[in-house]
Amino acid sequence: MKKITNGAEDSGKNKNRPSEGNLGLHAVGGLSGNGGQVSKARRVSGFTGLYALFRKEMADQLRSRRFLIMLLLIGGTSFASLYGAISELSESTSDYLFLELYTSSGSSIPSFMSFIALLGPIVGLALGFDAINSERQSNTLNRLVAQPIYRDSIIIGKFLAGTAVIAIVIYTMGIALGAIGVLATGLTPDGEEVLRIFFFLTFTVVYIAFWLALAILFSTVCRHSATSALVTIALWIFFSIFMSLLATIIAGAVYPINTYYGQMFNQVKYYTLKLNLNRISPYYLYSEAVTTIMNPSVRSVNVVTTSQLVGAISSYLSLGQSLLLVWPHLVGLIAEMIVAFGCSYVGFMRQEIRTN
Amino acid sequence: MADNGTNKMETVNRGDGIGSEKNDHVIEMSHLTKCYGKKVAVNDLTLSIRRGEVFGLLGPNGAGKTTTILMLLGLTEPSGGQATIEGMDCTRDPLGVKSIVGYLPDNAGFYGDMTGRQNLRFTGRLNGLDGQELEDRIETLLKRVDIEYAGDQKVGTYSRGMRQRLGVADVLMKDPEVIIMDEPTLGIDPEGMRKLLILIRQLAVEDGRTILISSHQLQQIQQICDRVGIFIEGNLIVEGTLRELEEHIRKEGSYLLELTVQPLDDQLLGMLYQQDGVKKIEKEGDKFMITSKKDIRPKLTQFLGENGYTVYHLHQRGGDLDEIYRVYFEKAGQADERSSYEKNNKRRGRFGKKQKQAV
Repeated sequence: MKKITNGAEDSGKNKNRPSEGNLGLHAVGGLSGNGGQVSKARRVSGFTGLYALFRKEMADQLRSRRFLIMLLLIGGTSFASLYGAISELSESTSDYLFLELYTSSGSSIPSFMSFIALLGPIVGLALGFDAINSERQSNTLNRLVAQPIYRDSIIIGKFLAGTAVIAIVIYTMGIALGAIGVLATGLTPDGEEVLRIFFFLTFTVVYIAFWLALAILFSTVCRHSATSALVTIALWIFFSIFMSLLATIIAGAVYPINTYYGQMFNQVKYYTLKLNLNRISPYYLYSEAVTTIMNPSVRSVNVVTTSQLVGAISSYLSLGQSLLLVWPHLVGLIAEMIVAFGCSYVGFMRQEIRTN
Repeated sequence: MADNGTNKMETVNRGDGIGSEKNDHVIEMSHLTKCYGKKVAVNDLTLSIRRGEVFGLLGPNGAGKTTTILMLLGLTEPSGGQATIEGMDCTRDPLGVKSIVGYLPDNAGFYGDMTGRQNLRFTGRLNGLDGQELEDRIETLLKRVDIEYAGDQKVGTYSRGMRQRLGVADVLMKDPEVIIMDEPTLGIDPEGMRKLLILIRQLAVEDGRTILISSHQLQQIQQICDRVGIFIEGNLIVEGTLRELEEHIRKEGSYLLELTVQPLDDQLLGMLYQQDGVKKIEKEGDKFMITSKKDIRPKLTQFLGENGYTVYHLHQRGGDLDEIYRVYFEKAGQADERSSYEKNNKRRGRFGKKQKQAV
């Protein structure tokens, strides 16, 4: 071969390579003709790979049937809840009527807020439960890791694409709901209400992104996508239903309040512990946070004694104050998301990828 | 050639020792070792592969071929030793290595709901190609691997042979200097195989790419390989050109003669046993398989002619890879059995599953 290289002394960064146009389609003569030319080192930057992956994942998600089903599910429940809210609106006495569109529940239909808290995880789960293991199953992962991209860009690309899809769905749905509300009721939101809705939707995106991260975690750990989906569903049910029961039991065991003395000494501690345990659950954390944001009359998220309430002025909290109340919640949710994603990241980076 | 009787590597052609002409060796592995727990998947592998050659890494399932490839690509970390491709350390600089090495994994998968073109486009983008250059390359490659007609079909509808050819196109997307193929011929029909082999040979001869093929299908590989290495239980038993291996076997004194004659009688058997150097005579159907230390054909034909036997079939095996493979495999097996029969059995039992995975 006449292809000249700089050899081993060259740290390998600049290679004499056959020019791109060649593509090896010509016989040896073509290659040797270019032998002396230093072609541009095709060192692909990490970002290129990440962008390509992000783009592909995003396109995959948006085109998938799964996405359509999810959209129908969320859309259907949203409009049902809006219908319920509008029918109840006339009885409301709140000053923030427009927010009621999102928070009040009709006679038998839960509010948009509680629907999202319950069904949001499904969205994250649907987007992520087979992120890694389906690639592994179809043997595309080993082809992927042989490309000149950082391995972490695979999992980061998937997570970012999923989060982007979630953001699109949630913001679109929230805004569409508001728009229909305006048309149907004639109410117009003022600036603060718009901001509150914006923060509510942002919280929702973070919340669902947590579930996405969790789903990706299990898709990394489990070999089959069915297993990872089941595990994530189990956690979803646990956090939304059983966590509060568990918190009650544990708090009751640590600080018993079934006796008179117990009630005297332990009540505050009991409630605080129960609350804190509940707050481990992202479901509870999210519900508490968005209730505070969307309902300005919520003045505290912790246990408040009667003495603390003495002299309190009965008024709404300003947006800034509401946000201050739920700031820890946002941090907590983001932390949980990062932990879940971090685990899947580490797990993925340590895995050996070979053909099944 | 020293024959020390161990199943450690015996380099047949010492002429191209490591470091003699550094520039000419694209892939260099020195003392590469990989252990999974107690199981040694690759044991002290030292091997260099020259520019523009087709090297066949042969061995049974579980020999450590795939593990070696994974280490070359920086996908798994060696427990010891070092591998470099074009002077780049495979463990420290996997990105640099991967940008010049194309890897076609065993049973390469594609996104079934994307068309062939879309799959290639994605790979191209991952390699930093874009725009017209990307589209042009996709077209040329689809033409080259002869699946242009299916470029806009979903890959899910592709046959296995088509998928394999798409895999070759996929590898070529990055215009690699080195191509590593893991069992490329597995599960392809003869015609598809023939085309694939021609294509692989072209990649080396016309384009000057260096190609490393791992396989356990000897017949196909021997058609296109310049050199082969035989890999058993993590050890590189031998490496060299086919001719060198053949000669090596000769020197070892292992001849296998196939013989079919009429009539089959005691006189014949008696004569065969009397021959100098005959080690073993086995009967396979109406065929005698005679293992001997030296070539017994001259004496045999003379004897057969004089005594009125009719020869239907007489064939000295050894020229093909099958035979080479058999001899080395037997040798490795025997050495193993002698040294640690029981231990080995135990180990196989415990790690049997893992061993399979490691292919």
